[in-house]
Amino acid sequence: MNAPVQPGFDVERIRADFPVLAQQHRGRPLVFLDSGASAQKPRQVIQAMVRSMEERYANVHRGAYRLSEAATADYEAARAAVARFINAADPREVIFTTNSTAAINLVAHSWGRGVMQPGQAVLVSEMEHHANLVPWHMLRDDNRGIELRICRVTDAGELDLEDFEAKLADGKVGLVAVTHMSNVLGTVTPAERIVAMAHARGAKVLLDGSQAAVHRRVDMQALGADFYAFTGHKLYGPTGIGVLWARLEHQERMPPFLGGGDMIASVTLEGSTWAEPPAKFEAGTPPIVEAVGLHAAIDYVSAIGMPALEAHEHTLVDHAMRRLSDVAGLTLLGRAQDRGGVFSFALDNAHPHDLATLLDRAGIAVRAGRHCAEPLHARFGLEGGTCRASFGLYTTLGEIDYLAEALTKAREFFS
Amino acid sequence: MFDDLRDLYQEVILDHGRKPRNFRRLEDADRTARGDNPMCGDRMELFLKLRPDGAIEDVAFQGRGCAISMASASLMTETVKGKSPAEAHILGDRFRNLAMTGACPDCGASLEEEMERLQPLSGVHEFPSRVKCATLAWHTLNAALDGSGKEATSE
Repeated sequence: MNAPVQPGFDVERIRADFPVLAQQHRGRPLVFLDSGASAQKPRQVIQAMVRSMEERYANVHRGAYRLSEAATADYEAARAAVARFINAADPREVIFTTNSTAAINLVAHSWGRGVMQPGQAVLVSEMEHHANLVPWHMLRDDNRGIELRICRVTDAGELDLEDFEAKLADGKVGLVAVTHMSNVLGTVTPAERIVAMAHARGAKVLLDGSQAAVHRRVDMQALGADFYAFTGHKLYGPTGIGVLWARLEHQERMPPFLGGGDMIASVTLEGSTWAEPPAKFEAGTPPIVEAVGLHAAIDYVSAIGMPALEAHEHTLVDHAMRRLSDVAGLTLLGRAQDRGGVFSFALDNAHPHDLATLLDRAGIAVRAGRHCAEPLHARFGLEGGTCRASFGLYTTLGEIDYLAEALTKAREFFS
Repeated sequence: MFDDLRDLYQEVILDHGRKPRNFRRLEDADRTARGDNPMCGDRMELFLKLRPDGAIEDVAFQGRGCAISMASASLMTETVKGKSPAEAHILGDRFRNLAMTGACPDCGASLEEEMERLQPLSGVHEFPSRVKCATLAWHTLNAALDGSGKEATSE
C-alpha cells in the first residue's frame, strides 16, 4: 500500500516522521486526506518547539539577557529561513502574522485603507477562499469609495483571463487579490501572467499562497508580485503563525495595522512613531515558539526538496484523477490543466456530510461542506457542498485506491 | 466496510431522507421560520397552519440538507401534526436529549408513541458532529411556534 512512489522519495520513511499517522482508527490505519485544511506535524517540528520552550524561551527584542537573546536569534533565524524558502530579496520583506487570514487582513487594512484611493477597485476571483473575499467586502463596505470586482472562473475551474483583462481594462483596479492555488478546485493559477497583466494596468498584486506554498516552489523574485500570504500550519508547521511577504517600498507606504509594543520607535503620552519594517507590522509579543516550529517545518520540506515533493504530488494527482474518474456517480469539481493535490467531489446519491461520516468510519478523514468557498460552490450549482480530499507529502497511492474503493462502497450503501 | 453504520442510517432514515414527507410549501401558513446551519449548508423553511386553539393543524417544510437533517425534519412533521404548542415543545426537548445522549429518561411519562417514532434518530448521538443535523428542524419549529421571526440554527 505504501510503496515509494518516486525514486529517492521514500514515503514510508516520511510517514514514520509523523507520529499521528501511526494511529489506528477502529482497527484501521488513519487515512488523513484533509491536509489542505491543516497538515499533520513531523516529529522534527514538534521537537524543535519543545526545545525552544525547554531551553531557549523568553520574550524577543526586549531582554538584555542570554535567554532573550537566544529567543530573538531563533525568531529572526526563522524569518531568514522563510525568506530563503520563498527566495525573497531581503528578510525584512517577511512579516510574521498569525495565519494567512491575518496576513490578508493586514493588506486590506494597511494598503486598502491606508494607501488605496477613492475610485479605485479591488479585483478578486470567484474561487477565493473566504479569507481573500470577506476582508475585501469589508473594505468595499467601509464608505471609502472602493469598488470590488469579481473575475469569473471557467467551467473547467480556471481563472477566466479574458474576463480578468476586461475587469482591469479601465485602469481603476488598484489591487488584484487572487489565489495562487484554489483550496477547492486544486487549480494553480498562472501567477506570473496575472502579475504581468495587473502591472500593465497599474494594479498591485496580492497572491493568496495558503495552498500553493505547500505544493509548489514559490519564488518571490520570479513571481514579481507585491504581496504574498501563506500560513505555517498547512506547511507541516504549527498553528498560530503565518507570513505576509511584502515589498519594502510598499511596507514603507503602509500605516501600521495593529498598535502596541514592538512596533514603535518612540512613544510619549501624546503620540508615537513607528518602528522600521517589518517590526512596524508585528505589534505585541509575536508567535515565538511557532516561528521556531515554522523554521523546522521549512527545514524539513527543504531537506526532502520541493522538486521531489512536486513530483510526488504529480504522481498522486494523476493517480487520483484516474481512480476518482472511475467511481460511478462521482462528480469531480474542476478540471484545470495545472492543478495540485486537492480534489472536491460529490456523489450522486449521498449528501457530502453523510458521505464524510461513512468515510470517517472507514478511517478516512476528508472535509465536508463548502470549504470556506460558498460563492464557488454556488457557481458550480453545488450549494449543498462537496467532500474534499487533499494530499500531503505523506499521502500514498494506496490511500487514494482505498478512498476510491470506499466511495464505490458508499454509493452502494446509499442505493 | 460500513455495516456498523446501519444503526445511524436505518432504513427508515434513508427512506425519509430520500422521500421526505410533507415536503412542500403551505401557501396559507400562519407561521413560517427559517433554519440554517451555515457551516454545513443545511437550510430549511418550515410552515405551520394553526387551529384556533393554537394546535398544529398542518406542518410542512422545504429545504436541502443531508439524509439525517431531511429525515429528522420529515419525521418531525409527521410527529407534531395535531399537537399543541406545549406538546411540541416537550417533544422537541426530549428529542434533543435523545439526539445528544441516545437516551430519553422522561419518554415513558407521556407522548410515548410519538417518541417511539423519533427513536430511529437516536443513533446520531454517537456522531457529535452530526447531532446538529438532526436538531435543526426542531430548533426551526421552536422559532416558528414562538413567532420570533429569528432564523434558527443548531450550530
